[in-house]
Amino acid sequence: MNDIWEALLKAVSLVLTLDTDLLEIVGLSLQLSLTAVGISLLIGLPLAALLALTKFPGRKILIVATNVFMGLPPVVVGLIVYVILSRSGPLGVLGLLFTPTAMVIAQVILVIPIVTAISRQVLEDYHQEYDELLTSLGVSKMRRISALLWDARFALTTAGLAGFGRAASEVGAVMIVGGNIDHLTRVMTTAIALESRKGDLVMALALGIVLITLALGINLAAYLITETAKRRYAA
Amino acid sequence: MSFSTKSIMPLTLENISYLAGHKKLLKNISCQFEAGNRYVILGPNGAGKSLLLRMCHGLIQPSEGQVRWHDTSRKDAAKYQAMVSQRTVMLRRSAYGNIDFALKARNIHKSARPDIIDRVIKRTGLGRVINEPARVLSLGEQQRLAIARAWALSPQVLFLDEPTASLDPPATHAIEELIQEISAEGTTVIMTSHDLGQSKRLATDAIFMFRGHLKEMAPAEQFFTQPTNDLAQAFINGELIWWQRRPDSDQAQATCTTLETEK
Amino acid sequence: MKQIHILKVTLVAWALIMTSTLSLAAADKDTIILASTTSTQNSGLFDHILPKFEEASGTKVNVVAVGTGAALKLARNGDADVLMVHHKKSEEQFVTDGYGVERFDLMHNDFVIIGPESDEANLSQMKSVTDALKAIVLSNKIFVSRGDDSGTHKREIELWQLANIAEDQKNTKWYREAGAGMGATLNVAIGMNAYTLTDRATWVSFKNKQSHKILFEGDPNLFNQYGIILVNPEKFPHIKAQAGQKFIDWMLSKQGQKAIASYKLEGQQLFTPDAISGDLSN
Repeated sequence: MNDIWEALLKAVSLVLTLDTDLLEIVGLSLQLSLTAVGISLLIGLPLAALLALTKFPGRKILIVATNVFMGLPPVVVGLIVYVILSRSGPLGVLGLLFTPTAMVIAQVILVIPIVTAISRQVLEDYHQEYDELLTSLGVSKMRRISALLWDARFALTTAGLAGFGRAASEVGAVMIVGGNIDHLTRVMTTAIALESRKGDLVMALALGIVLITLALGINLAAYLITETAKRRYAA
Repeated sequence: MSFSTKSIMPLTLENISYLAGHKKLLKNISCQFEAGNRYVILGPNGAGKSLLLRMCHGLIQPSEGQVRWHDTSRKDAAKYQAMVSQRTVMLRRSAYGNIDFALKARNIHKSARPDIIDRVIKRTGLGRVINEPARVLSLGEQQRLAIARAWALSPQVLFLDEPTASLDPPATHAIEELIQEISAEGTTVIMTSHDLGQSKRLATDAIFMFRGHLKEMAPAEQFFTQPTNDLAQAFINGELIWWQRRPDSDQAQATCTTLETEK
Repeated sequence: MKQIHILKVTLVAWALIMTSTLSLAAADKDTIILASTTSTQNSGLFDHILPKFEEASGTKVNVVAVGTGAALKLARNGDADVLMVHHKKSEEQFVTDGYGVERFDLMHNDFVIIGPESDEANLSQMKSVTDALKAIVLSNKIFVSRGDDSGTHKREIELWQLANIAEDQKNTKWYREAGAGMGATLNVAIGMNAYTLTDRATWVSFKNKQSHKILFEGDPNLFNQYGIILVNPEKFPHIKAQAGQKFIDWMLSKQGQKAIASYKLEGQQLFTPDAISGDLSN
């Protein structure tokens, strides 16, 4: 209990004094996670729309696969990305190992299934409601997808948020492919792991408190967005 | 507006059947709808009224038989039709956005849309709520918006599925007036209703359905005064007809149908 | 319409974040990757010496800290430019196999055995490390092993062999493999009120000691030598041999050796440089 209290004070003082190391680490965490979520949305949303709106051979298998991949162990993803990006691996020539890009790649692999699975469910529900109207109006397939994505935009923030949560809280994969290099690939989670290894539990906890607070803030913002949407659009 | 002078009417159904699983929900229906009329499809629940309407509009495909438009493929004909369904589906946009979306779907140019929207909004009396999100409007307003959305498309044929089913008398009255107005512009109206009074007020032609069969199709005046089908007669008299007779033993004739080839 | 505007701004901002992140990737010419051990990182040595080198040379050193075994594996895959680890035999094998150019002694410290203050196995009374290990077995107290193929782990295995404790005698009743880095293993040992082998630097800098302390030290068998090796550019053409060699030269130079010697924590010098024989003071 003493440690937690001490950690809380430490966290507050880190934040209040705008500790430069902390700002750098938090900044990188946000930057990487937001990038990973952005890329995952770019890939996952069209994929989700495809799965929700069309029928093609292998569709069911893909749906099951996205659901299974939602639970992919990060360490395994990290290992696979390491093997691929290692100088001895197939993409070694790119020299991406131990860079922020490698971390984003690992996070994207972890986030895409989450974004896809949640979005598919949302889009499928919306489509079920809109289908007859859109057919009656003679809406083309492409316009159908864009209309659904637009109308479901608030509901889809949930998908982005879940993806962000996964990306920001993950440690196993980014540790392996990022290497936890100071000032380059050190993010909140790997910093917490490092501090706890150094036995500096107070510092580790303080960083953890900052991370949780960040996550809370982002979730609160998203909650407010969807609540406003519900009131305004009866979404 | 991109009006075409070509008419897709009349609409002809040729020996239509519709199967859902092993159940035959529409049975060997043949009939013809002429331009400019107001058809009301009547019948008890489960008669297949909505199914028939949706099949005419192209939302479902017949298992047997054909739906034919005059000189036009079904696909092309779809561009000259609009539908208002029983439970209105409103996009999560403003009232204006809902109509705008429908016009965009029909490839009406952006510059032409505001005038069209303005006109239907005025005529449906929705000016006050034009910028409100569609889904927070009252049921009556939503139904009027659904009609405005369909009207904006200037359809040759307007399908309405129980357009006043969940509305109170004033709202119902407003909708009926709109239907009359749209019809007055030359649009063919094909609608379902289980409200006898409404049917009498609106129909130029009546169609009576029972358990997937088209039992009678006749000009309204004739239908409501001397229906040839005894089930229709019972229905008009307000009797609980579905208790009286099994459809298998029913021998009554509808005016333009080929009946009772049940398998 | 205002909402659409906000959305557009958000999307543009997002796109900017993404492009800036992905451009972080560009591997700098004057950057090398140093694969090293958790013990050196956790002790804080790198935070002390690397800024001095970076200032002197303009070359940035990115440290990836894993166990010695994992570091060697990384280097064998060509994923590091310079290797700095502490298991001489493996290091020499690495060079013999053609993966390293040459191995240099860099610095040393020593291993110690830590345990609970109560010391029920009586380690503090033991004369040699082999006696100390035997005492742990006899007392039925728990010993936590790194179990991660690190330099410390390799040394620990050698010490058990020296003490004639066979593999099959190590059962989970008293022998627990953490499968983790040095710091994490210390956390485990402390949590279990157990003994463990650690390098002195990590222990001194470790902040969660609670009631644990050093119970055995000083045996010559506990000597802990660190070596430094340039990964062979003939094996991997992408290796930054020039910058890597510059780093090794500096570490072995008087300047570098002094920097190592000057790293002190709580008044103790944690590593003794040994690349240059004789006095460093001038």
